Amino acid sequence: MTHDHDHHHDNELDPFAARVKALETILTEKGLIDPAAVDAIVETYETKVGPRNGARVVAKAWSDPDFAEWLRRDATAAIASLGYTGRQGEHMQAVFNTEDTHNLIVCTLCSCYPWTVLGVPPVWYKAPPYRSQAVIDPRGVLAEFGLVLPEATRIRVWDSTAELRYMVVPMRPAETEGLSQDDLARLVTRDSMIGTGLPLRPGSLGPGALWPAAADEGGAP
Amino acid sequence: MNGPHDLGGQMGFGPVAPEPDEPVFHADWERRALGVTIATGAFGAWTIDESRHARESLHPATYYAASYYEIWIRALETLLERHGFVSADELAAGHGIWPGVTPKRVLHKDDVAAVLSRGGPCDRELAAAPRFAPGARVRTINEHPSGHTRLPRYARGKTGVVEAVRDGFVFPDTNAHGKGENPQRVYTICFEGTELWGQGADPALTVSIDAWESYLEQA
Repeated sequence: MTHDHDHHHDNELDPFAARVKALETILTEKGLIDPAAVDAIVETYETKVGPRNGARVVAKAWSDPDFAEWLRRDATAAIASLGYTGRQGEHMQAVFNTEDTHNLIVCTLCSCYPWTVLGVPPVWYKAPPYRSQAVIDPRGVLAEFGLVLPEATRIRVWDSTAELRYMVVPMRPAETEGLSQDDLARLVTRDSMIGTGLPLRPGSLGPGALWPAAADEGGAP
Repeated sequence: MNGPHDLGGQMGFGPVAPEPDEPVFHADWERRALGVTIATGAFGAWTIDESRHARESLHPATYYAASYYEIWIRALETLLERHGFVSADELAAGHGIWPGVTPKRVLHKDDVAAVLSRGGPCDRELAAAPRFAPGARVRTINEHPSGHTRLPRYARGKTGVVEAVRDGFVFPDTNAHGKGENPQRVYTICFEGTELWGQGADPALTVSIDAWESYLEQA
């Protein structure tokens, strides 16, 4: 390898842009794609389908034991009840962290990821360093994210080798009694639903906050 | 196939390097790559299994040097050529030259929301009862097929425990090659870290895979 990180390719002004442009031109000229449909797909995953969906699922599970039980038993249906259905979320399984066991999601073979609740995956999730290490040295991976778990904590890695898509339900942070579901959702991060992080503490915003500070946004999640 | 994509347990790729406040896309061409990949997938000309196989069939040197959307686009060019929608001379010219095959459907803007929210379920009804029950000890087969498979190398010939019996699902090993869906039962199989990685493994590690029934035999 001539480089250490895979993600830098995506940050460059890439000559690959011309190749994608040419392909889109050919397909459009031949009537095989509708460029407005491509726009609509991009807009969906850039602005509508993302980890805020998953954060709302987790917050509801933290607040509502019946929903948590439903989520454990039939995650696809429970998640669909909040309106999150579709591509790469057709067969969902929610896995719950406990005091004894921490869950971590990976796809060693490609990039399987629960799009309906987390959106499209980050670059690191799809790149060789994470996919290679997560199953053999998960604690080393977690340390890179600043997460050090007690040695006695069991680590359960879920390699998404079939069409089931996993999301982690992290443990509800301490001192959150009385928080509304909206405020609880603000504590959930994308990484906490992959297993590479924990939720935020109350009163702390970021890193990884999925919403700006309440005063800035003026609205509920 | 024992391709470059089968990464579990490989070493030497360096740190994970998560990017703080990572944007959804890093360049406009990535947006178009995602959109074009999904829009052409809507032709119904190939399956998700065939597209995965096209990606993992890239030369390892290409695969490891490419960003993920680059892998997608290179594989998409292969699929479009294989199924007669686009020709090599068109890709070289950057313009349409030939009429080509007409797809079963073209995705239009007004249908995008419905298509994305419907997704593509690949569970299938099975007549046969599950061969293995929860708690059963099973061994994964040690086979190295030249075609597509979803049994990763690190979990071949290993003994584990059935944790969950899932539904029937389309079998990727045949479906990727146009040889039919042949749905089979899927099971979630748990392996101890030491079974996969030897005595040096984290003693508190369990790894699970989701395995089709024909990947498994009784242990």
